[in-house]
Amino acid sequence: MIAVVNYRAGNVTSVKKALDRLGAESVVTSDPEVLAHADKIILPGVGHFSSTAVLEQTGLRTAMLRRIEQGVPFLGVCVGMQWMFDSSAEAPGTRGLGLLSGTCVRFPESVKSPHVGWNSLACREDSRLLRGIPSGAFVYFTHSFRAPLVKATVASCEYGGEFSAAVEQENIFGVQFHPEKSGPIGLKLLENFCGLKC
Amino acid sequence: MKGIQFQQLRDAGDPAELAAAHSQAGADEVVLLDISATHEKRATLADTVRRTARQLFIPFTVGGGIRSLDDAIAVFTAGADKISINSAALTDPSLITRIAERYGSQAVMVAIDAKRTNGEMRFEAYTGGGRNPSGRDAVAWAREAEERGAGEILLTSMDRDGTGAGFDCELTRAVSEALNIPVIASGGGGDTQTFIDVFQGGRADAALAASIFHFGLRNLADLKQELQNAGIPVRLPC
Repeated sequence: MIAVVNYRAGNVTSVKKALDRLGAESVVTSDPEVLAHADKIILPGVGHFSSTAVLEQTGLRTAMLRRIEQGVPFLGVCVGMQWMFDSSAEAPGTRGLGLLSGTCVRFPESVKSPHVGWNSLACREDSRLLRGIPSGAFVYFTHSFRAPLVKATVASCEYGGEFSAAVEQENIFGVQFHPEKSGPIGLKLLENFCGLKC
Repeated sequence: MKGIQFQQLRDAGDPAELAAAHSQAGADEVVLLDISATHEKRATLADTVRRTARQLFIPFTVGGGIRSLDDAIAVFTAGADKISINSAALTDPSLITRIAERYGSQAVMVAIDAKRTNGEMRFEAYTGGGRNPSGRDAVAWAREAEERGAGEILLTSMDRDGTGAGFDCELTRAVSEALNIPVIASGGGGDTQTFIDVFQGGRADAALAASIFHFGLRNLADLKQELQNAGIPVRLPC
């Protein structure tokens, strides 16, 4: 059972719909108890980094960290991926999960922001999440802040400089783009995640 | 439904079926505008949104008749990724901010229907599906919308809408250069050159076309291939 974490500002419906299409058993929940029994966890996200503060207040942060430590595959989407880092300049008072080190920052003024639309990926070949997705594949982005390139970066994207489009480290995964909105490529990525055995 | 210069509306088919067909054909994004909603004072049909969203795995924007934060919440809950507001934003610009604060700027598209004028303003914004002149300069209004939290501007030339005669590149360029958020040009898309012109001369960040696809006049994959050949970045294969 995949738990899709529900908090006020999420693209929860779209993610759930994509999982339904793939035939993956999933439940939308904001109950830490449900997370404690989930085989996989997806943290969706659209909106402001500060909207993740509610995860801390409701005990969901602690529940997610515990499951991650136990080896359960975790996927953060968009703000959900940014939240895996230490922090974001968008909401300096809100702490991230801190699973990856670094701070998310705004795009430089040389490009229009938000970065919205389809853009192409440069993928690392050893990624389990991106299996079958070649470099050059287009996916759908919509964001005003971006995560730095780190050791866990498995796909980068170029827009006013390079940033992390996908990260992967043991059982934690994150994508800045929206797989639930990226057509067949996005569904392939979610299928890869659903099929992971960690 | 699709019109020509905002008049002569004709039925193009069931929105959910059309959206699925365009998605299959390689559309990058689907925009559902319930264009008569404001006029007839009826809310956007949440049921149509729900049925359409179910079949789509690409970005989905819904507009028409969203007059309050509650209207917006209903549309997001039914499965929209973004909402587009037009008349209501001109009447109450704070609505842009209130929706952006809840769902993020990326979820708020402000649609501007602009028409050329002979007066001091070069382009005037219209409300009510192109029925009422607002007295606002389209470029100044676009700038205000950005400041209030809009994430994208959908800019429609009323003069060119449904004509296939080419986008209004002067209008598009004036707005695009004044803003730091993406501008989607709409109204007048026809042959491949009209798209090249609006991306190059008009500085559009994206282009929206309806009639030429709804009525099967153009094949999207061919158009994209021709744009790529002209050096314009597009998503291929679509």
